[in-house]
Amino acid sequence: MTSEAQAAVAAAFQEEWGQIVATLIGATGDWDLAEECAQDAFAQALERWPRDGIPSRAGAWLTTVARNRATDRLRREAIGAAKLRQAVRLAPTEPPGDDDAAVSGVRDDRLRLMFTCCHPALALEAQVALTLRTLAGLTTAEIARAFLVPEATMSKRLVRAKQKIRHAGIPYRVPPAHLLPERTAGVLSVLYLLFNEGYAATAGADLVREGLCAEAIRLARVLVRLLPDEPEASGLLALMLLHDARRVTRVDGAGVLVPLERQDRSRWDAREIGEGVELLDRALRLGHAGPYQLQAAIAACHASAADAADTDWAEIAALYGRLVQLVPSPVVELNRAVAVAMADGPTAGLALLETLEASGALAGYHLLPATRADLLRRLGRGAEAAAAYRDALALAATEAERRYLRQRLRETAARS
Amino acid sequence: MRYMLLICGDSETAASSAADGSIMAGCAAWTEEMRRRGVLRAVEGLRPPSDATTVRVRGDQVLLTDGPFAETKEQIGGYCLIECADLDEAIEVASKHPWAKVGMLEVRPVGQP
Repeated sequence: MTSEAQAAVAAAFQEEWGQIVATLIGATGDWDLAEECAQDAFAQALERWPRDGIPSRAGAWLTTVARNRATDRLRREAIGAAKLRQAVRLAPTEPPGDDDAAVSGVRDDRLRLMFTCCHPALALEAQVALTLRTLAGLTTAEIARAFLVPEATMSKRLVRAKQKIRHAGIPYRVPPAHLLPERTAGVLSVLYLLFNEGYAATAGADLVREGLCAEAIRLARVLVRLLPDEPEASGLLALMLLHDARRVTRVDGAGVLVPLERQDRSRWDAREIGEGVELLDRALRLGHAGPYQLQAAIAACHASAADAADTDWAEIAALYGRLVQLVPSPVVELNRAVAVAMADGPTAGLALLETLEASGALAGYHLLPATRADLLRRLGRGAEAAAAYRDALALAATEAERRYLRQRLRETAARS
Repeated sequence: MRYMLLICGDSETAASSAADGSIMAGCAAWTEEMRRRGVLRAVEGLRPPSDATTVRVRGDQVLLTDGPFAETKEQIGGYCLIECADLDEAIEVASKHPWAKVGMLEVRPVGQP
């Protein structure tokens, strides 16, 4: 029973933390109070659920406990009329029943919290930290570890962000229609950044960092539920799922990066791929294919190919062509060159790559010489390929990448 | 909430914009619009920093410096005090100011430090 109750509390934490904090911020306007009372509610659950049994509506139980706690504290601390009014506003706990209204109210609060955490008047790193703390319930220590900064630094960052929200009057609301598109894009980019931090961490094998992928997916699911008509939200969730499905196959037992074409496809997560593709199809039917949907469509081409040779490179090259029009970025250009090389041959890819190199936009980026090396190798120009691999090795930042490049360099040298 | 809009930019841009009648006309139109909306509490332009005197008191000595408090290229050329519902409205008001297109506006909430 005890372990069952503990598991229930842990599950409730993942499901309900963000909602409870969001509801309390909505009612009190006090972010610290909201976090502390949410924490108290979970502490009480750990104490009482093993003894009294797991409540049938865990979220409602926790919210009520947290609310009562906030009311108590505000009453005790009430020094002025304003605080008392807040306490009164908190007091009436809604009668249970009317489930949908209660749920939609709660959901709105969580959406308000997301938009407030990702307000563009906050620095991006503060947006990310606030999102993880208030919506995902990570501790300051965990967030600090995930972003490789000292805990004191992260703590200061969170305090500063919350102070700015209060003192600068950043509103706690879903933005009005004329601001919604750009603000939604801001929320999406924070979630994508979270996911990428976790995804890049695989080689480091740090569980907290890897956990960022799961948190990002969980938050994206919430967002998709709250904004069902926003195809880019669904597109982002699809993109995350399609990447996450291949996560375990990206690095081998020795920690060497495994390129897509050599990954063991039987170990890809078919359920995640299925869900991702379905989400993407539904999003694309809305007829506004944005950057996340296009990237998800590219990931879907890879994920649904039976083997590397079966990959529809012409389709992928076309998708990159559309993507580069929406997001004129040199990294997207680089990926397009790779896809074109696969669809039309290395010479065509190399021509695009040379244009990109001439622009100087990616100077210092190891994947530029690494890509060049791969194309030269496929053209049988071994000596030039080896030189390019050496250039890439000098620029690669992580050990997993360097290991992969060294292996490729050895193969090239052995053949030429 | 009240916010101070600090109108910032480098002195050269400020001088050339002062000579450009369309920006000055834009400022007048903005002032008129914001007054009508009821958000504008005060608005003033400032003489260039070369006319500034900086005052410090150290011990019982009043120390004066000819020029602005910070020798930077970017200087404050004027201010507007506005009253808005929240930061989003303040940002909207600031972004409509014609100076935002040539220089920049700093939006500072009014309150105790």
